[in-house]
Amino acid sequence: MYLTPEQQAILDGSKGETMAKVMKTLVMYGDTFGADKMVPVTSEYNHLVTSFGLKMMKPVFDLMQQLIDAGVVSSQQFSVDPRPVDKNVPANFLQNFIFNKIMYSKQESYEKQLNELGLMNEDAFTCACYLDQVGNKPGKGDVLSWAESSAVVYANSVLGARCNRNSGIMDIMGSIAGFVPHFGLLTDEGRKATWVIKVDCKRKPEAQLLGSAIGMKVMEDVPYITGMEKWLGTELNDENCAYLKDFGAATASNGAVGLYHIENLTPEAKELGASLVTEGAQVYVIDDAELERVQREYPVIWKNPNAKPKLCFVGCPHMSLQQLKDWTDRVEEGLKASGNQKVLIPTVFTTAPAVKKEFEKTPYAARLAATGVVLSYICPLMYMNNPLCGSMSVITSSNKLRTYTTARYYTEAQILDKITKGV
Amino acid sequence: MREFKGRVVAPGTVTAPALVSHGGLNTLASFQKALQFGDKKATCGDQNNPDLYNKQMLGKALCLPQTIGSTTGGLVLYCACAMERQPACMLFSKPIDSLAAAGSILASVWLDGVNMPVVDSLGDEFLAYAKDGMTITVKDDGIVCVD
Repeated sequence: MYLTPEQQAILDGSKGETMAKVMKTLVMYGDTFGADKMVPVTSEYNHLVTSFGLKMMKPVFDLMQQLIDAGVVSSQQFSVDPRPVDKNVPANFLQNFIFNKIMYSKQESYEKQLNELGLMNEDAFTCACYLDQVGNKPGKGDVLSWAESSAVVYANSVLGARCNRNSGIMDIMGSIAGFVPHFGLLTDEGRKATWVIKVDCKRKPEAQLLGSAIGMKVMEDVPYITGMEKWLGTELNDENCAYLKDFGAATASNGAVGLYHIENLTPEAKELGASLVTEGAQVYVIDDAELERVQREYPVIWKNPNAKPKLCFVGCPHMSLQQLKDWTDRVEEGLKASGNQKVLIPTVFTTAPAVKKEFEKTPYAARLAATGVVLSYICPLMYMNNPLCGSMSVITSSNKLRTYTTARYYTEAQILDKITKGV
Repeated sequence: MREFKGRVVAPGTVTAPALVSHGGLNTLASFQKALQFGDKKATCGDQNNPDLYNKQMLGKALCLPQTIGSTTGGLVLYCACAMERQPACMLFSKPIDSLAAAGSILASVWLDGVNMPVVDSLGDEFLAYAKDGMTITVKDDGIVCVD
């Protein structure tokens, strides 16, 4: 890879040993993927995936401290993934003990490190940093050094920014250096589609189910998706952005998708059309039966597959303001239809702290609270990463949460029926 | 015995029993329980990977197409290396993905004395041939012997 004289000097130690190691990390990363050069990071803010003070991550905290002690920090501020615990989320005594005293005992000290490294503000804990209320929304063509698979795929696909699927830690390395190796999804060639997905469903596909099917099929490749216009139209309005947020998270977690194009909708597909598709691209046709098959084949690993759900999570990735309002309406309607006053399963909706504050300014907040649903800024995935949840019958509309935990996936309509009608 | 030639991503030599995943390795889902709760054998906790689920990963020659899933993958692998819970080597049939590469590179640059050879681009035939328990030897030049 070509390095400028300044970059070569950094690698040779002109800015100290720690900065040289940052540079070496980026050079090795670029060399592995055939990068030709480094390119400047142009986004205003960075986004880090590592938000949780998990005790087992001591090696990461040690590395972060090395950076802080050497004064090797980024000039970019950053948002970061959600906090792992919230006292408002239902948990028994034992769970609280394990969360606070064992698993996340390093949360406070890690957040101190994040502040020293350049955290945007105390509300900057969310996986959906690109939501308007959070304020970390890169522009088209911006080069990023982000991690968090759902944020990366959204930034690439919906916003037209350019970012590789960087790992945690690698995210902060690029931000500190101010440049990242030029390869993969940063290049025009790397953004071309090697799969054509023909959606041939009779009804609007569930975002997280469609994303799951595509992710499991194409893995890390770039899909070009057709057949969605009759449901999504051609404009990236709030509803569509929320749909694509959930869809993308499923493609990224059930597979390893970092970028997708949707015909006549996402920015590059609108601009370049089918010229984005490479010659010889593979084809995957998805109809209602295929989506049913995909859902049917998810493993159920509850000890008792027929257990009554004990907890429900909606909002992985974090819900948008409009989604919170829509779900409030739907839960109220469901309860009214069933004659129930409160949800029948303890239910937690999760969203960004900044979105939560905005939502709480609206009349919807009191209405949602009246249904018994808890609103939290938590990361459901981190909440469930403990042995007690292994035997807990948790249900969710998130295919990401299903993938990483023992939670059982249901469509949004199924979730609504379960929490409001008990069916 | 068969030999396969790949590209060296992290150098080193090792001989270890094979553990084969035909689907992508979800690093977070596979390692998280083991790292959090002191499982020194690094038992795979990924319910969606029937090839690896509940099997020991520590000390195995992990044969896989690529890694998938959360972008915490690299730092999880880095932690596994720092805590000495890593596979003996990682052998990819496809070109390595960015998360596995990050974990391997971070361990190589920021940790002392970690030996986890990584070879990629070994081809689909490698993954079809290798079976759990076969003896795998990784040589310095990207040659992988499966016996």
